[in-house]
Amino acid sequence: MQVDQSNAAPAIELIDIRKSFGPVRANRDVSLRVEAGSIHGIVGENGAGKSTLMNILYGHYLADSGEMHVAGQRVSLRSSADAIGLGIGMVHQHFMLVSNMTVLENVMLGSEGGPLLAAGRRDTLATLRRLADDYGMEVDADAVIADLPVGTRQRVEIIKAIKGGARILILDEPTGVLTPGEADQLFEVLKALKRDGVTVLLITHKLDEIMAITDAVSVMRHGEIVGHRRTAETSPAELARLMVGRDVLLSVDRGQAQPSDILLEVSGLACTSSRGRQVLSDISFDVRSGEIFGIAGVSGNGQTELLEVIAGMRSFEAGSVRLLGETITPDAPKTPAQIRDMRIAHIPEDRHQFGLILSFDASGNAILGYHQSDEYGSGYFLDEAAVTTHCNKLMSAHDVRPDNPALLAKKFSGGNQQKLVIARETDTNPKILIVGQPTRGVDVGAIEFIHKQLLALRDAGCAILLVSAELDEIIGLSDRIMVMNDGRQMGILDSADAGRDRLGTMMAGIADTGVAAS
Amino acid sequence: MSDFAFQFLLTLDATLRVATPLILCAMAGIFSERSGIIDISLEGKLLMGAFVAATIASLSGSVWLGAICAILSCVILALIHGFACITHRGNQVVSGLAINMLASGLTVTVGIALFRQGGQTPPLGNTERFRPVEWWFVDAFDAVPVLGPVYRELISNHNILVYVALIMVPVTALLLYKTRFGLRLRAVGEVPEAVDSAGVSVTWLRYRAVILTGLFCGLAGAYLSTAQGAGFVREMSAGKGYIALAAVIFGNWRPVPVLLACLLFGFLEAASARLQGVDIPLIGEAPTQLMLALPYIMTVLLLAGFVGRSSPPSAIGEPYQK
Repeated sequence: MQVDQSNAAPAIELIDIRKSFGPVRANRDVSLRVEAGSIHGIVGENGAGKSTLMNILYGHYLADSGEMHVAGQRVSLRSSADAIGLGIGMVHQHFMLVSNMTVLENVMLGSEGGPLLAAGRRDTLATLRRLADDYGMEVDADAVIADLPVGTRQRVEIIKAIKGGARILILDEPTGVLTPGEADQLFEVLKALKRDGVTVLLITHKLDEIMAITDAVSVMRHGEIVGHRRTAETSPAELARLMVGRDVLLSVDRGQAQPSDILLEVSGLACTSSRGRQVLSDISFDVRSGEIFGIAGVSGNGQTELLEVIAGMRSFEAGSVRLLGETITPDAPKTPAQIRDMRIAHIPEDRHQFGLILSFDASGNAILGYHQSDEYGSGYFLDEAAVTTHCNKLMSAHDVRPDNPALLAKKFSGGNQQKLVIARETDTNPKILIVGQPTRGVDVGAIEFIHKQLLALRDAGCAILLVSAELDEIIGLSDRIMVMNDGRQMGILDSADAGRDRLGTMMAGIADTGVAAS
Repeated sequence: MSDFAFQFLLTLDATLRVATPLILCAMAGIFSERSGIIDISLEGKLLMGAFVAATIASLSGSVWLGAICAILSCVILALIHGFACITHRGNQVVSGLAINMLASGLTVTVGIALFRQGGQTPPLGNTERFRPVEWWFVDAFDAVPVLGPVYRELISNHNILVYVALIMVPVTALLLYKTRFGLRLRAVGEVPEAVDSAGVSVTWLRYRAVILTGLFCGLAGAYLSTAQGAGFVREMSAGKGYIALAAVIFGNWRPVPVLLACLLFGFLEAASARLQGVDIPLIGEAPTQLMLALPYIMTVLLLAGFVGRSSPPSAIGEPYQK
């Protein structure tokens, strides 16, 4: 008697997978069943253990205990090579591409087809052509990765993952760096792969993507799977509740802005990078007291440089920045400290590099940049008690957990680190607040809290300049929105006129053809 | 042929001779550094190679055995560096420094114990040294103007290791750009995660790179004491390993530009030797000390002037951890 296993066996079955990193239990008794030929979503907040689980499935980490079955066979993966041998391919959140090598070289890496490259080169070119024909994944084989846009780089990653005929494709947060248009293209590719019988595992924290493309979804929280659902039978609200463990407001009610005086005015700003690339050209906008001015765009299109120029961290070549009536030009720059002293606060994009000193304790971090103030000591000495008191005050006002000023900054979760930075920067009641990626790497619960804080500051009359790669965040918070592409402004819209599609088109660098907003 | 031209020819000839250890060491450095391992211990390996080559050649009478043992000793030092930096993810500069100090002390101590000549080996006889190789028809070509002397001085009559060094440059280039090993090596120095996720062992790849480094350093050391020189003298590497490393950086970690950098540094050294005691217009006779220091001063100036534009392998100096 023969049983047809090919239909019955799930593509992947994980049973009681456990993985700890020191005291951190990243995965606890995770069991998961993924049907062959389906698109299966895995959602959860940052730090819920999704990436760890996928890295175990890809052989990158070894599980402490538990069983793994691929296509009905029990397997144990000791390295990524084992996973590749079983037909598992993975597209990592951070691309595994060598940026100074060509597309062809990157695709060949690991499967060169012999000690000399010449033979493998021909075969790989044929594979690239076949994938271009089958899935519309056109890439120039001789292009150097560094010259390619992010969407194309991701295409190269997918080609790498499926070139050897992978039957299971894992994608870790694939849309974080894409424009909405590029994300749609990606989903078309995934659907085509599914038609060919490939099983797709999609890790994301964006619930609309889950609803749009997956067949089934598993929710992770604190290293555990807290629910499996058929996508057709669930809703974003239910998934959010499972992710966070309580009801969450997915969007905040922001009320009407009451903009008054112009506090921040940028005109004709141009800036080149240290490598001589034009990173900002002819940027002009203004931000008024009592409004949030959002800047939308895919990361790396000049937003970082713009924030740095305004915060005094980067010199620029042309144009001017007018802050509270004082004009900064290339010939008359101001230091970050001078700008901060004008009650202009800056929440930097990269909190690990510019917002915190991870190896300092929370109380030290709570006064960074304000440490010269007489409040925290006199002469050369710091008043430790005053610093600790100040930190305690910030922690209780901004719900930083655990509320221990002596704990090192690196021991806090991403959300609590960010809350500490925001607490420090907003405690002085700034007149202008410059914010970059306020909720990057922050869990859903803390996002809600941070958004409410930003809106409260706005209503108190602060002028807020907000940069975010999350389009929903920009749309949800901003009163006016400027879109940037390749260092240029593509236009400024009132938030009432700014739909996702319209912004997405502009983010992709296509000039806005709709009704022009002033 | 005018006297000046002939002097210039002799300087070029000397350039090849002094550049040879630099070229071998620099190719060694390319392998290690392209894999992501900083190697300041080129200097220590060069010194150890020179000592072992001269010692074994002196004791056994065979220059080839000396060279093989020099290679082995350098591979062992490279493996120590690899063990510290790859397996144990130690600091690569500290490990390299330790190897340099080890080589500096060990060569002198063992040298005194073996030969009792203040750390030197006895002068090496003809069979204990690499001799110049005379090419065909040198005498016949002598009569040809310009080409004759060029053939005799510049092309023929060099040591076999000079030719080996020159051949190693295209060999290194082919290895780096045309082979599977080279592709993986270049990738592992840039994004080791990409190599790992492609199912290739980062550790084994980097070990192979440092072993190649040891191999090339051993040849360089053998050249120093048993070809260019006639015996080992304490500290005879005299910073050549560092200059080779400078050439690697100056040449942007690419074989042919690195070769040119080595030849430039070699030319400076050869020219400074030739200019000693020569009256220079306006300046008069240049002090010997200044002339000897010239290549080192130029190294500093060139690196300071050009290093800003170099683009090192992005993962260099960073131990790989999953």
